[in-house]
Amino acid sequence: MTTRYTKDHEYVRVEGDAGIVGISDYAQAQLGDVVFVELPAVGKTLAKGAEAAVVESVKAASEVYAPVSGEVLEVNSLLEDTPGTVNEDAAGRGWFLKLRITNPSELDGLLTEEQYQEFVKSIS
Amino acid sequence: MAEQAHSDEPLLVTPLHAEHVALGARMVPFAGYDMPVQYPTGIMTEHNWTREHAGLFDVSHMGQALLVGPDHETTARALETLIPADIVNLKPGQQRYSQLLSEEGGILDDLMVTRSGDPAEDGKLVLVVNASMKEADYAHMQARLPANVKLVRSDDRALLAIQGPKAAEVMARLAPDTADMTFMAVKATKVAGLDVHLSRSGYTGEDGYEISVKAKDAVALWRALLADPEVKAIGLGARDSLRLEAGLCLYGHDIDTTTSPIEGGLIWSIQKRRREEGGFPGAARIQREIKDGAARVRVGLKPEGRAPAREGSIITTPDGREVGIVTSGGFGPTVNGPVAMGYVSKDVSAVGTDLHLVVRGKPIPAKVAAMPFAPHRYKR
Repeated sequence: MTTRYTKDHEYVRVEGDAGIVGISDYAQAQLGDVVFVELPAVGKTLAKGAEAAVVESVKAASEVYAPVSGEVLEVNSLLEDTPGTVNEDAAGRGWFLKLRITNPSELDGLLTEEQYQEFVKSIS
Repeated sequence: MAEQAHSDEPLLVTPLHAEHVALGARMVPFAGYDMPVQYPTGIMTEHNWTREHAGLFDVSHMGQALLVGPDHETTARALETLIPADIVNLKPGQQRYSQLLSEEGGILDDLMVTRSGDPAEDGKLVLVVNASMKEADYAHMQARLPANVKLVRSDDRALLAIQGPKAAEVMARLAPDTADMTFMAVKATKVAGLDVHLSRSGYTGEDGYEISVKAKDAVALWRALLADPEVKAIGLGARDSLRLEAGLCLYGHDIDTTTSPIEGGLIWSIQKRRREEGGFPGAARIQREIKDGAARVRVGLKPEGRAPAREGSIITTPDGREVGIVTSGGFGPTVNGPVAMGYVSKDVSAVGTDLHLVVRGKPIPAKVAAMPFAPHRYKR
C-alpha cells in the first residue's frame, strides 16, 4: 500500500487502481476543528489539481485539490454528520473521497511519506 | 489546500506576547499586531470553555485613550458632537457603547465610553476603540475637539477580558469588591494587588469584566487570573465565534462607513435625548431612518444544514432576487451549527423569512433569525 502527498497537504493512498484521498494529519492540525466538509458528486471527473472538496474549520474554508486525476467512485458519508472525524483520524476514518486513478504516472510526481515529512519539517 | 498569505510588515506586540508564545498559541497578524488566534486545544474547546467556565482574553491591541476636559459637562458635550450617545447624562461609574459617525451618518468606528466613579476624575472620559481604527479615530477626534478638551493616549496600558459564567467568582477571589458590579458598571480597584480600572462588560455575550492595567503589570495580572483552575486563555478565533453567537457587531465587517447605526440595529445605543435633539454627525439621515425605517437592516441568519455561509455570501429570496449580503458567518459551537448575520432589504427582514445564502455558487436555504443566537447572560 503506497501513500503519496502533495505540498498542499493532500494524500492519496493507492489501493489497486483506486486512490483514497484526504488531508494529512499536519493539515488537520493546522486547520483546527473541522465543522463541515463539502464533497464532490460520485461520478465526477477531476483533473489533477482541480478542486475536489472544501473543508471548513470554525475559522475559514479551505479548498482540497485532487492530487491525481480520476473519477470519483465514492465519498466518505461519515463526514456529513461527524466532520470532526477529520481531526480525529485524518489518515484513516477521516478520508474524503475515493478516485479511480486515470493516470497512474501522476503519482510519480508526488511526495513519498518520507519526503512529505521532510517538507512539513521545513515549513513548521 | 490553499493557505492565506501573510503580510511582511513588522508587527506590534502586546505586553502579553511572550505569555501567548509560552502557552503554545498560534500567532497571526491582526490589526497590525501579532496576536494569538488559538491555543493548542483549539477554537471549539476555547469557545465552549468560555461558555461553561471563564475565558481570559488579551485585548491589549485595542485603543485606550482619555478625553480630558475641565468638567464632565464640557468633555461630554465635546464628545457628543462626534457620537450619538447621551454622554452628558452618563452616570459616574458607568460605561456606554457608541459609534464615531461620519457626516453622512456612517460608522467610522464603534467604541466604549466610560465615566469614572471618582469625583476627582470629573471631566475625564475613558475611551476604548478598535485596534484597526485607533490611529484614524485619534486623528479624527483631535481635529474636532475644542481647545479645552484633550485626547490623551493610554498606550502604556494593557487590556484583559475575563468572560464566562465563572468570571464573577474568579474575580471575587482576587477582588471581592467586583462582585456587586452590574453590567456596564466601572470601578477602579485592585485585582491580585494590582491597580486596575475595570468594567463589567465584554464581547462574548457572557457575564464578565474588561480589565485595564498598566502595561508593566499585565503579565502579573494575566498569571494571577490564569492560576485559577476555572480560567483558560482564549484566542481571537473563539472571540469571533463567541461574539457572532452573541449577535455583536465586528467593525469593518458588520458595521462600517457605509452603514448607519439604524441600519446596523444599534438604535438602542442612541438615547432618547440625542434622537430628538440630534447634534451629531449624520443626524439628519439617522433621525429620518428612526422615523421612516432604514431601507436595509442587519439581521441574524440561520442556514439549514451544516455548511457555514461566510462573509461576502450573497443573500437572495427563494426565487433568486438578490436582497443582501452576509457580513459575518461561520460555525457556532454553542448553537452547534452555522450562524451568520448580514444586511437585507427591509421587506425580507422579519424573523422567520425564508431566504437563500449563496455558498460557492449554490443556494443554501436559511431563515432570518432573532439574535443573539446564544442568550446573553449579563449581570443586570
